[in-house]
Amino acid sequence: MPANQEAREVVGDYKAGWHDPENSTIRFDFGLSEEVVREISALKGEPEWMTDIRVKAYQHFVERPMPTWGNTPTLESIDFDKICYFLRSSQATEKDWDDVPEDIRNTFDRLGIPEAEQKWLSGVTAQYESEAVYHSIREDLEKQGVIFLDMDSGLREHPEIIRKWFCSVVPLTDNKFAALNTAVWSGGSFIYVPKGVHVEMPVQAYFRINAKNMGQFERTLIIADEGSSIHYVEGCTAPTYSTDSLHSAVVELIALPGAHIRYSTVQNWSANVYNLVTKRGIAHEDSKIEWVDGNIGSKLTMKYPSVILKGEGSHAEVISVAYSGEGQHQDAGAKIYHLASNTTSKILSKSISKNGGRGTYRGLVKVSPKAENCKLNVVCDALILDEDSRSDTYPTMEVANPTAHCEHEASVSKVSDNQLFYLMSRGHSEEEALAMIVNGFFEPFTRELPMEYAVELNQLMALEMEGSIG
Amino acid sequence: MGSGESDIEALLEIRNLHAGIDDTQILKGIDLSIAPGEIHAIMGRNGSGKTTAANIIMGHPDFEVEEGDVLLSGENLLDLEPWERAREGVFLSFQYPQAVPGLQVGNFLRKSVASIRGEEAAKGADFRRELNEAMDTLDIPRNFLSRYVNDGFSGGEKKRFEILQLQLLRPKLAILDETDSGLDIDGIKTVAAGVNAAIRGTESAALIITHYSRILEHVRPDKVHVLIDGRIVATGGPELATELEENGYDWIEGRVGAESVA
Ligand SMILES: Nc1ncnc2c1ncn2[C@@H]1O[C@H](COP(=O)(O)OP(=O)(O)OP(=O)(O)O)[C@@H](O)[C@H]1O
Ligand SMILES: [Mg+2]
Repeated sequence: MPANQEAREVVGDYKAGWHDPENSTIRFDFGLSEEVVREISALKGEPEWMTDIRVKAYQHFVERPMPTWGNTPTLESIDFDKICYFLRSSQATEKDWDDVPEDIRNTFDRLGIPEAEQKWLSGVTAQYESEAVYHSIREDLEKQGVIFLDMDSGLREHPEIIRKWFCSVVPLTDNKFAALNTAVWSGGSFIYVPKGVHVEMPVQAYFRINAKNMGQFERTLIIADEGSSIHYVEGCTAPTYSTDSLHSAVVELIALPGAHIRYSTVQNWSANVYNLVTKRGIAHEDSKIEWVDGNIGSKLTMKYPSVILKGEGSHAEVISVAYSGEGQHQDAGAKIYHLASNTTSKILSKSISKNGGRGTYRGLVKVSPKAENCKLNVVCDALILDEDSRSDTYPTMEVANPTAHCEHEASVSKVSDNQLFYLMSRGHSEEEALAMIVNGFFEPFTRELPMEYAVELNQLMALEMEGSIG
Repeated sequence: MGSGESDIEALLEIRNLHAGIDDTQILKGIDLSIAPGEIHAIMGRNGSGKTTAANIIMGHPDFEVEEGDVLLSGENLLDLEPWERAREGVFLSFQYPQAVPGLQVGNFLRKSVASIRGEEAAKGADFRRELNEAMDTLDIPRNFLSRYVNDGFSGGEKKRFEILQLQLLRPKLAILDETDSGLDIDGIKTVAAGVNAAIRGTESAALIITHYSRILEHVRPDKVHVLIDGRIVATGGPELATELEENGYDWIEGRVGAESVA
């Protein structure tokens, strides 16, 4: 099949789905049952083994109680019967621009995002312009033998690879929300990087492969074969408006010996969203997995990117920032499991809370008895911008091997009047001064991002600081 | 203003300034007038109110002005926010410059110049040349541009960085609060040269707060004021600084006491 034809197939849904008013939408009624799960699988024409996984996952989801830790009252307020679990056509995403809340449209304007892009970002329309860009990048990747598909196409075209790795990092029994995702997943990315291939440019889900990627239950699987490397970037700093209140994604990463995966996320959900995501990677010998994770907005985020250091000499890094404003709770952190000797890990977590927002760092670093000479470093810093806001830290270290070298630092700070005054004396308004301090606080994260994301994040935080004085 | 008889309008005019924090009065009636092109010095014991006076001129929100006026070229400063005063041309070199982790020096300087001198002044090759030259004369290594503002700077580095900002921001009124403390001998000369270049023969003015006569040997202030317990008790020429250094504050207090009795 010629490359361009294939590419059109992948992105083709835009044209069919988003433009043709006749296009029929298969939309399940609200609520979930085994029947619905089977139907989703049948509609997608999936192999039986996938149907079985979905059904098992569904059963586990039903049996599994809600987590008894974290922000339980907010979690309990999720009404699973009010969620529609599957939208076949992307037409369903064709919302009316007028329905997008005013404040979000204003934010788009002030971030300087053109209207066409605004509409796309808020799920109102497809971004046709991106097809060409996407296509040329895909061609480049194809030449190197890299597979970069949406998960549904991946399953159709490479079932053998997916069968081997799917649920190998996040088993369907891992947690209630991972089980839910496994039962009803749709969209997400599938990437395979062959041995020794280095993907030079960050691969961005920015110009989405396909509207499905925006789904509530994305499933992403990235396999970096021996000695290969890839940097994957997802999300954007513009507010992602969603009428679907539950987003529960699962991301699985596999770094085979000597491989390097970096997975960067910047997400800015609207304030009605529960963002409950399971992200985990397995690192084989001498490989490296890095999560660079920025969480802004949402009602409740629970997200603890994790790495299982399975192979000797492997390295894990989790750099995350969280910003919670009014009515928001970011419960985020990291989990690292040192299962092999000479493994190293680094966690840097930064959180800002404002206007009654709440930031929680929840981290776990485990060293197994057999793992010799491990090194772990955990730093978590919180910045609280006013009296109403809150920050909690739950760092857990379970070190079962005495040769481990552990470092842990935590700080909670406030913006001092003298710091603000110093910046104001250089001609910066109080809001600008606050934005400088806040962006400086996030800088160790921001500098890890591709340039355009870094610039946008700084602008976004400056906007967030407006009207916060007085 | 408008009295008709005053020859030159003062650049900085402080009249009967009473100010404090919470319920404590710190400044108890200060009068001070600095003409364009002049450099004045203020000396005084620890805790006498020098930094407070500087903070109040710059507009620190923690202090309360109970009485009096502060005018810049005849314009009332007290109603302006600190950043507005900065844009009007007031600059303060801090006794204790604040660190802002994560804020890169280069970025900060560009933004500050843009905000005070306008976007155009902070753009392109001209700005970069100006910046490089200023850093060279102050012996600030170029790699400071990517360091974080005052974060981990040594005492002297902080002071040089304040003067770098002074040079780039080109204020009408520069207040230097103990910029010479913590500087080595060459640093003091460099700073003095910077101040002379910025003020002498211009319409700008400077107020130098110091404990030592050394910097004043290089700057030759037009007037030296002595601040004791929130009041200016003596004013003289540069020789007053040397006398004060030799004889101490008790001497000046004794002198003032004698005068007021007489
Ligand atoms: N923020 C503040 N809160 C309470 N008291 C203050 C504050 N700032 C200044 N003061 C008090 O006001 C008085 C004057 O302080 P200021 O810093 O102006 O002195 P200074 O003349 O600059 O002294 P130094 O030579 O030690 O720098 C001191 O007694 C000080 O403790
Ligand atoms: Mg002082």
